[in-house]
Amino acid sequence: MGRGFVLLVAMLLAIAGCAAPTEPDAAGVSEETVVFGLSSEPDTLNPVLGYSPDGGSLIFDGLLRRTPDLKLHPALAESVPDAVGTEITFTLRQGVTFHDGRPLTAEDVAYTYNQVLAPENNSPIRGDYAAIEKVEASDERTVVFHLKHPYAPVLQRATLGVIPAGSDLAALGNAPVGTGPYTFTSWTKGDKIALTANEKYWNGAPAIRSLVLAYTSDDNARATRMAAGEFTATELPPKAAARFKDQEGVTVHETPSADYRGIMFPMKHPVTGDRAIRKALDLAVDREAMVSAILAGAGSPAFGPVVPGTDWHNPAVTGSARPDTEAAGRLLDEAGWKAGPDGIRVKDGTAARFTLMYPAGDSLRKELALAFASDAKRIGIDIQLAGLEWEAIDPRMDTDALIMGFGTPYDPDHTNYELFHSAYAGQGYFNPGHYDNPEVDRLLETGRETADQAAREKAYHEFQQVISDDAPWVYLVYLKHVYVVRGSWTGLETGIEAHEHATAGLLGTVPGWKPAP
Amino acid sequence: MEARAVTWLRIIGWRLVFSVPLLLAVTFGMFVLAKASPFDPVRQYLGDRAMVTSPEIMAEIRANWGVDRPLLEQYTTWLGNLLQGELGESRSLRLPVTQVIGERLGWTLLVVGCALVVMLAIGLVLGTLAAWRRDSWLDRALTGGAFATEAAPVFWVGLLAIWVFAVSLGWLPAGGLTDAAATEVTFTGLLRHLTLPVLVLAVSQSSWLLLYVRESVIGVLREDFVLGARARGLRERTVLVRHALRSALLPFITIMGARVPELVTGVILVEAVFALPGVAGTTIKAALAVDFPLLAALTLLATIAVVLGNLLADLAYTLADPRVRVLGVS
Repeated sequence: MGRGFVLLVAMLLAIAGCAAPTEPDAAGVSEETVVFGLSSEPDTLNPVLGYSPDGGSLIFDGLLRRTPDLKLHPALAESVPDAVGTEITFTLRQGVTFHDGRPLTAEDVAYTYNQVLAPENNSPIRGDYAAIEKVEASDERTVVFHLKHPYAPVLQRATLGVIPAGSDLAALGNAPVGTGPYTFTSWTKGDKIALTANEKYWNGAPAIRSLVLAYTSDDNARATRMAAGEFTATELPPKAAARFKDQEGVTVHETPSADYRGIMFPMKHPVTGDRAIRKALDLAVDREAMVSAILAGAGSPAFGPVVPGTDWHNPAVTGSARPDTEAAGRLLDEAGWKAGPDGIRVKDGTAARFTLMYPAGDSLRKELALAFASDAKRIGIDIQLAGLEWEAIDPRMDTDALIMGFGTPYDPDHTNYELFHSAYAGQGYFNPGHYDNPEVDRLLETGRETADQAAREKAYHEFQQVISDDAPWVYLVYLKHVYVVRGSWTGLETGIEAHEHATAGLLGTVPGWKPAP
Repeated sequence: MEARAVTWLRIIGWRLVFSVPLLLAVTFGMFVLAKASPFDPVRQYLGDRAMVTSPEIMAEIRANWGVDRPLLEQYTTWLGNLLQGELGESRSLRLPVTQVIGERLGWTLLVVGCALVVMLAIGLVLGTLAAWRRDSWLDRALTGGAFATEAAPVFWVGLLAIWVFAVSLGWLPAGGLTDAAATEVTFTGLLRHLTLPVLVLAVSQSSWLLLYVRESVIGVLREDFVLGARARGLRERTVLVRHALRSALLPFITIMGARVPELVTGVILVEAVFALPGVAGTTIKAALAVDFPLLAALTLLATIAVVLGNLLADLAYTLADPRVRVLGVS
């Protein structure tokens, strides 16, 4: 053998030798380059095709923008118009240009919205804009939204990023051109997106010059890369974030969100159709244990579909996080559900038994469903669990209970109208339990069509009370989003976040970040 | 020389004739399986938004895509578009299929190419060594290791490698093409990021090669001409490399071709585990998203790779063994 073999071994070693790091990782955190470790990579960067329509895009601006306190402010529009009637007129800010230098005109805004509404584009967000008939540019700087019916929450839909008129939708999704605080530099698919500060931004150039959005879907991998110093900030599930809590130079932020998990009951089912059963379950749930054991503290008990902390929330709709099995038992006794020989309550020969479905791939919902079933057992209600794929859940939603999650903090009309209005009964995931209450229908319609803020608040406060009394759902928990941020920054703000929060929540305030002195 | 060219043309011609029904069968089979899949492509396309999208809009998207059409109609439409060079648009990535493949194919070829070279080196060197030192501790360790890696699934070896080299030792990055903060792909960055995936793929694919080379060389070492070479006092290295290994390699070329499918599935798993933006890892995404257009194109590509691999092996065989020409292929 001799020399030849030695040579080959040397070659193999050389290949493996690349293993030894030749230089220290160039991932140092500086003011110049900030790296966000995010969990899910967008499929497209085109707002029309569904990229961050609620204002989380750093590349695009909407007519309006939302601050973390959930207030709307003018962005590409000069001012926030009144949402009265079926015609809403926006006047554009002067002197705004796209990243490629083209001036922004009303034509661009009209193009953006009309492309979302065009059925042939298959935009996944089209349903959100259902109230809009069409959008018209009446002159260079004026754009008019024509609505199908008076729709007070329409302004919340004005945060959609505006794209240049005539853009090819697929190409723009790959190499976006917007007006936002950051310009697009590159996108390595499956890895990261690099952005550069827009020096000509109408609201002032961001202090952080270079921003990298790195995508790692695995939570533990993201925590490891954060710990290794690769990321400036990242989003993590509560348990993975725990190790950063006492670390120096690193801050863990827990922000409240409107994202809730709850049990949807089918009204046609002989057991769950009985209000006494639903109210008793509501009393028997140990929400405190769910928050501390399942969510590792990063959550809060939920009692209704509107998140506390906003003007829309009715403070009277609340409860105890601890279970009250005695009161629940009394309620069931009064309603005629008497304990049978096997401990399961029976009424007129019907056992208090129903099936609760959960999506098999969602471990959080699975754990919540298990906890809910064991709480129910204590008051003599037998819940049989079924972990299924969504395709198998669909056809059973009008006969079996289901653990679901929704929640946006922007306007109580969103999702609640579809979930509780009788007109949507049995339409896919909208009101799958066939809840039908004329009082709720009326309140939801009032809230949607009235422009007066006080009148809207009153309608939604009453709506929450009725839902709480009727209990078509049992609300379990609101989730908190957990972020880990390295270094200290001014301009980092937190607020109540929506379910979608990649760069919409806390990390979305990055254009305003400055290193703390 | 001329005779060889004729043989090659005949081989290529026959392969082309056979590959047409094969490609049709494979792609049709893919459509049948995709249609039978319980997953709804529209729901996968909408993601979380499926929960807040009305059934009418979902039905409209389904109609726009034609997925509500009968299976045969969908397939013939796809085939017609294919013949016009139109591969359609990927639904999950919202981009033309040709662009998706174009952006990613290069990375996959790079990984496969590097892995092939490393795999040949490992397999040939260690296989010959094991045969030469047959039944020694070295042989036992090598064959034992080879059996172990042959039995272990590629993705498992990949995860193990990440755990050892990236997480515990911190020598190499766990995935991706570049460091998080780097804005462009550099040569050294690429080298560091591709070392683990290439080695994992090479090691997991080289075990059968190692075992094969060992068997072959052991067989040849018993032959009279090897005995003769040794008797003539040739150096051991010359006997081993020039005589034994060379004749042991002949059937190996065909086996190489037959192992291409395994390499294809191997690279799919390696790219998924190491989060590489290659075309193979995309196959998994396309399958999960029930992205018919992308999945069909990728299936086609994989089938062509296998057919091509076998063809190249057969052509190489005619070079290595003149007898093939006499036997012909018809």
